[in-house]
Amino acid sequence: MNAFFAIITRDIKLALRNGGSTITLLAFFLTIGVIMPIAIGPNKQLLAELAPAIIWVAALLSSLLGLDRLFISDHEDGTLLGLQHAQISLTAITFAKLIAHWLITALPLILATPVLAVMLFMDMPTFLATILALLLGTPALVTLGALGASVAVTLKRGGIIAPILIMPLTMPVLIFGISTTNSLAGPDASNSALLFLSAFSLLSVAFIPFAIALALRTAEE
Amino acid sequence: MSVQAKTPNWFSKLAHPGVFLSWSQHWIMPLAVLTLITFVIGLYYAFFNSPADYQMGETVRIMYIHVPNAWLSQMVYGLMAVSAIGSLVWRHPLADVAMKAAAPLGAAFTALALFTGSLWGRPTWGTFWEWDGRMTSTLVLFLMYIGLVALWQTFNDQSRGARIIAIFTLVGAINIPIIKFSVEWWNTLHQPSIIKADGLSMPPSIATPLVIMMLAFTLLFFTLHMIAMRSEIQRRRANNLERQHINQTMGISQ
Repeated sequence: MNAFFAIITRDIKLALRNGGSTITLLAFFLTIGVIMPIAIGPNKQLLAELAPAIIWVAALLSSLLGLDRLFISDHEDGTLLGLQHAQISLTAITFAKLIAHWLITALPLILATPVLAVMLFMDMPTFLATILALLLGTPALVTLGALGASVAVTLKRGGIIAPILIMPLTMPVLIFGISTTNSLAGPDASNSALLFLSAFSLLSVAFIPFAIALALRTAEE
Repeated sequence: MSVQAKTPNWFSKLAHPGVFLSWSQHWIMPLAVLTLITFVIGLYYAFFNSPADYQMGETVRIMYIHVPNAWLSQMVYGLMAVSAIGSLVWRHPLADVAMKAAAPLGAAFTALALFTGSLWGRPTWGTFWEWDGRMTSTLVLFLMYIGLVALWQTFNDQSRGARIIAIFTLVGAINIPIIKFSVEWWNTLHQPSIIKADGLSMPPSIATPLVIMMLAFTLLFFTLHMIAMRSEIQRRRANNLERQHINQTMGISQ
């Protein structure tokens, strides 16, 4: 367990001391929130209606943005090779890295959501439902994104390939995430979308780390 | 327990790339001729020997092209997933080649399914595109094929790439039903599937050309797949020879 937490703290420390990446991500997230109203027009009602969708698209695109750094630096300096001989399995290490990545990339976005909520004229129930849906859905986004990053880790000209691979797989998160917001904040509250979103997130978090670890091991051979 | 020397079974003998090259060359011509004959029969039925639908009129004939392509779009992914297991578990080079050769073909058949579907949708539903569950999930499948084709092209080391791509293909295979379910849950307009476990829900005059056309397209896929696999094996050999030649002329001893 010590090793598990050591990985988490290491990744968070690296991200904080290198600086910049989280701030870039936040700036990107907020920029999308600014660009959309400019494209759509300052219609208060329309913006409020589209707000959950805009926030989800912004969150999805931002989570794809931070992908390429997830494993590449560890691969380049040989850390990944060393981690294969650690006390705990590569799957557990992957899981720890996913937790760290969620804390570095997804949590700041969720914390920044109130800013977008104000700019997009969201009402309180919609805002709370969006936060809940983001909390439930972002683990799946992070895991799927990490899968893309692990597949592309050895590619010199990988760059854009991970987002292209991952985008189709994130479709259920997007569908159930926005439905969660709409159904919880809507007139006839129902929680089926919420349950589907949680199920998808749980399944991804439980099974995909094995695939990621396998891809990383193959990449290091 | 007695220790036996491991002799390769008939399958691994046939699946050796070199052996595959030699036996498959005798198969391509017969397969192609069979495909052609089936197409001639199927198209004859589809155009001249089947009734126009009482509601859809002559546009029902688009279905004879559309449904086989839609079927192939899913079958090809299934074949890629099986090959992916082959290349992950047994690290079989022919499974890699089968997986790689299938991806562009799958993309092409999926694109044709989408294209013929929208041609059919215009007179029938009054629109080229509708965000209906089945259409959207086919589009997502198409995007996945494109992603896989692009991924194959970015790997320099094809055998290592094959195993990584196999992992991704399998995760995708598990995800496709989930995507399909979620998209259908999201919005549904498409008519229910016409092929059910208890047989076809259509009169035999329409079912006959449809079944023949599905057979013809499946044969077409296997012919093209075999040709693509052969050229992929030969491309790899050519690359190896080129690399050897460079090493020799640069004076690097092997």
